[in-house]
Amino acid sequence: MTESKGSIQGSKNEHRIMFYGLSTCIWCKRTRQFLENQGLSFDFVYVDLFHGQEREELVAEIRQWNPAISFPTIVVDNKQCVVGYKPDELKEALGL
Amino acid sequence: MSEEITIPPEKIDALHKRLDQEAEASGYHLNPDQEFTRGLVEGLLVNEQRYGYRACPCRLAAGEKQKDLDIICPCDYRDPDLLDWGACYCALYVSDEVMQEKREIQSIPERRPPEGERPQDQPARAPEQPGERPALPVWRCRVCGYLCAREKPPGVCPICKAKKERFERFW
Repeated sequence: MTESKGSIQGSKNEHRIMFYGLSTCIWCKRTRQFLENQGLSFDFVYVDLFHGQEREELVAEIRQWNPAISFPTIVVDNKQCVVGYKPDELKEALGL
Repeated sequence: MSEEITIPPEKIDALHKRLDQEAEASGYHLNPDQEFTRGLVEGLLVNEQRYGYRACPCRLAAGEKQKDLDIICPCDYRDPDLLDWGACYCALYVSDEVMQEKREIQSIPERRPPEGERPQDQPARAPEQPGERPALPVWRCRVCGYLCAREKPPGVCPICKAKKERFERFW
């Protein structure tokens, strides 16, 4: 079962990581797996599991970082964003 | 608010098999990574239950068919993405080069334009006046005569399976 949103507690807490994904997307699944395997703490939300106003608010949040509203979108420290399954870019953004 | 849709494994397997047969019969290939592809097929079935059509599992569907027409699988962007990246956006479909392990797939940029500029918002019409150019180039397969109107010829002719080099600009 996919939870629509939540937090993962890992051993690495240096960065504030927000993961926006779709519950049906396999690239999103890989990206989340990568974050978990790296032992990172992060918040996640699956936008396709929300409707109406709640979904619109999430989409507006993502649009600020990624106008294409594509998935996964990962926002690091409210400063930078990585779009897609990009382990190398994530490592760089997270200093791994 | 959340929802829970569970697809029985045999339904996923049946669609996986059918899509694979259909792809191979028309010169396309499903991603040979079985686990990856199975996940995408499951996503297609989830979206079919949610929306009534198989919207791309890796895109956020609006839930209104007219707005989502371009992302119903196979999407309007599959073929150009196969040519440029070796895989479609979600990577359900891959190119010959990927099948032959000459190219690796990756997460690719979104090609879908913003709302208002999508294919369903500006349909390509045939020329109405003599001498007017078509909205899209027309390509002809020199082997079997198959004609198609699109930016670039297909990687493989869906009729006779000739490769893209065998296509010529017809109009």
